Formats: sequence, structure tokens, C-alpha cells
Amino acid sequence: MKDFAYVRAGDVTTALRAIAAEPGAAFIGGGTNLVDLMRQDIERPGTVIDITTLPLDEIEETADGGVRVGALVRNSHLAAHPLIRTRYPVLSQAILTGASAQLRNMATVGGNLLQRTRCLYFYDGAAACNKRRPGSGCDALEGFNRNHAILGASDACVATHPSDMCVALAALDATVEVESVRGTRRIPLVDFHRLPGDTPDVETAIAADELVTAVELPASPIAVNSRYRKVRDRASYAFALVSVAAALEVRDGTVAGVRLALGGVAAKPWRAREAERILLDAPATEESFRRAAAAELASATGLSQNAFKIELARRAIVATLSRLLTDGSAA
Amino acid sequence: MVDVQLRVNGTIETLDLRPRVSLLDALREHLGLTGTKKGCDQGACGACTVLVDGERINSCLTLAVQYTGRSITTIEGVAGGGEPHPLQTAFIRNDGFQCGYCTSGQICSAIGMLAEHAAGAPSAVTEHLASRAELTDVEIRERMSGNLCRCGAYNGIADAIGEVAAAAAVQEVTETGAVRRGSAAGAARQATTAEAAR
Repeated sequence: MKDFAYVRAGDVTTALRAIAAEPGAAFIGGGTNLVDLMRQDIERPGTVIDITTLPLDEIEETADGGVRVGALVRNSHLAAHPLIRTRYPVLSQAILTGASAQLRNMATVGGNLLQRTRCLYFYDGAAACNKRRPGSGCDALEGFNRNHAILGASDACVATHPSDMCVALAALDATVEVESVRGTRRIPLVDFHRLPGDTPDVETAIAADELVTAVELPASPIAVNSRYRKVRDRASYAFALVSVAAALEVRDGTVAGVRLALGGVAAKPWRAREAERILLDAPATEESFRRAAAAELASATGLSQNAFKIELARRAIVATLSRLLTDGSAA
Repeated sequence: MVDVQLRVNGTIETLDLRPRVSLLDALREHLGLTGTKKGCDQGACGACTVLVDGERINSCLTLAVQYTGRSITTIEGVAGGGEPHPLQTAFIRNDGFQCGYCTSGQICSAIGMLAEHAAGAPSAVTEHLASRAELTDVEIRERMSGNLCRCGAYNGIADAIGEVAAAAAVQEVTETGAVRRGSAAGAARQATTAEAAR
């Protein structure tokens, strides 16, 4: 790992001024992704600004019945929090299926949002990767692409966003609060990550000098009946081939409300708006679920090794909604 | 170089480190505590697991400087009063290893895991998130999935942890009179006491 200067920020203002003064600097929270990337020489910050002692580690109920989660809350603490377990079970489940207990104890909410793809070619300095070195090409297109995107990809990049937490946040209409010396702004989670297009190196909607300070969950009665289903190559401690975050409200046999998002399929958590549109006011039956899943995946494209994920995603959607219909949530 | 002060197994250690030194390398190379192992050095195997203020983490994916002022427990610090930790004894009794390289991480991880369970934390296989899960074999395996064993001694590892969890549950019943099967509060308390005694 290349040497760097280390600065510990005592308060948010100091952290924001430090990064504004040095564009090549990086914030470090839990370090579970950044330290790894620095060791691989993929991230080479001249200065690392430690933000772990900033007062951004609270989970609070908001006046309108939602929940505000500080950016430095550890993943494990968020998953175990009573408010999340009872009101947003899909979020607890999603976090608990991600990484390992040790990593969840370290990783922060803000860092989870900003983690980078696990594409092997992104990690391999000798490989072509438009995300790591714009214009160099993409070795995943004809390489090992089992874990890669089937939705929203481009010829420039087929990488996926590896987060489970973000898939649940996408389904829950979460908002990300970011702050810089220029002020504070809010970005809907579904707009926080970008599809690759011609610039896969630009991954999120935040600027280099902005700090994620919180994630806000709106009050969501439908979220009480929610679940997360993750399909992967081993039973635990593996990234998703496909995952589904779903919330369902049924009244008199009809879908009165639905939230659906997919993970492991795109460069961002994929909010399944088309499926939601078809399901709303439709009979709450497996037949409806199948129709909605097929419509959502209609535009999906497989690569040499991952075309199976299209059918897998359809089945995972149907299975998750069916489970919610028969058993309810895991709360 | 930066000053880093760590409380390791109860002893205050002051180090002068490059910021890039991981907690794992600080423990092994600078403090000579080689019980904590370096496996993958990228957070994929769990061999480097240590406890920080009682919580388990991967020491390889850290900068030591970030942990200044924190209390670290390594495998060298889990025994207390001249006796091995109950998990150490249980690993020997149940053949919870072959080559032994993952064992330090497995034991530190299990101590953290039992404390998490005692505090009521759910896991990905917990059926009802709102209630405390019984520590079944399935729960133990899921909660320990961050620790790989290339020899494949998983059956012995899971049995050893299950044995300590069950003993702790009995102890808790005796202490509180409340019947809470599968609880591991006792084991967690024991671990904490061992640390506090140092």
C-alpha cells in the first residue's frame, strides 16, 4: 500500500474543509472496502481523513414517524435495532445477508452506500476496465461474468453494485443526506447510484467533496410486511447472484400496495417500477406475480455466463411475493 | 509516522506507526502477538478476527491508527486465571481443528458471536426478527460464516461452540431462574470477566 497522510476529523465542519482543501483525499469509516482497494493500489488517496469519531452514529425516530440513520451507524447495529426489526424487517434481513458478522460490525451505513463493485477485472490492475481506467475496455464482457449485470448495463461496463442494504433502501424510498462546504442536500436512494453508460467511472450522484451524513427512511406502513430474499452460490457470506427486496399490502385479495427492488442485476439497486405498476390493483395471486416479474425482466440481456440470472430473477420475485402473501414478514 | 495507543489484552501499548499499518500487522509485527493469523488479508477468511471493545472485527481490513484508545482482545488474552477459555477447552474436546491456522480467529469470533446472541441480535436465518433466536446448529453456522476452515473441521467447530452455548444457557437458568434455552449470556459474561480481570 502506498503511504498517505492521516488526519482525524473531530467534527463535520473540519472533515468537510479538509476534503475541500485536498481533492485527492478520501474519507475513511469502517475501512472494509477502502483499505482493501488501497492495498490493491486501486484507490491511492494522498490523505485519508478518518471520520469514525464524528457524531453521526445515532438512529432516531423522526417527527413524521420515519427513521433517521446516521451515516456512521454500523451495519450490525442498524440490522439489530428494534425500530428496524419491527417496522422495516426487509432492511434488517438485507443487511444480515451481507458480508460476515465481523464485517458488519465494522462497516458503516455511508460506506455501504459508497462501496465499489466486486467485479474481478476492476480489482485486477492488469485487466482492461473502463471503470478503473476509462477507455481501456472491459474484460468482463467476454470473461468471468457470472456475477454481472443483466439490466441497465452498457458496452463499457457490466459490473453490479454489491450492496444488499441498498436494495432494501431502494424499495423503502429512502433518501440520502449529503453535506459539503457548499451546504446540505438530499438525494433519493434510487438516484444515488448511476447506470454506467459511457462513463462507468462515475458511480454516484455525489461530488468528491461531499460527505454522506445520514439516510432517512420515510414512515412506511407497507414496510411492516416486507422480506428480503438473496440467491447466491453458497449459503452464507457471498455476494448475490440475484436478490429481491419486497413489501406487499393486500386488501380483499387485491394488491393495495407493493414495493419491489432487485440486487445483483445492475450497477445500482434496481427498483422494479414496471412490476409494481402491473401489480397495483391486480389480484394478489402467483399468476399476477409471474406476469409482473416477466414484464420487469423483459429488457434484460444475458452475457456469456449469466443469462440464467434472468429466469432466476423472475423466480426470486415470484417466490418472495408468494412468501409475503402466505407467511407475512419475518418481524 | 503517527502515535497509536492500544489497550491490548489489558496492557497499554504505545506504538509509532506508518498510517498504512493494519491492526493485524501492528499486533503481529510490532507487538509480537502472532496468535492472530493472516490468512487472506482481504476480509474473506476471518483468520485475523479479534475483539475490539468486545465486538469481533477483521483486523486485516483496518488501519491500526483508527483504533487508538480502543481495547483489543486477541487469542492471547481470552484465557483467565490460568485456565483456558471454555471455548478453547471445547475446541480441544470436540476436535474443532486440524491444522489450527483458523482456530484463533474461530475462537475470538465465537466469543463475539455469543455476546451478540446474548444481546439479542438476530441473524440471516432467524425466523422471527423480533424475538431472540435459539442458538441452533443452523444459527451457529450462519453466525460463524465469516470464519473459513480450509481443513473442513466445521462439524467439530460447530459442536464446540454449541457445547459452550448450552452450558452457558444452563448457567443462565441457574443464575436467573428464567428458562431461556439457547442463551449464551453466561459465556459472554465469562469472556468479559476474563478481559476485565487483566
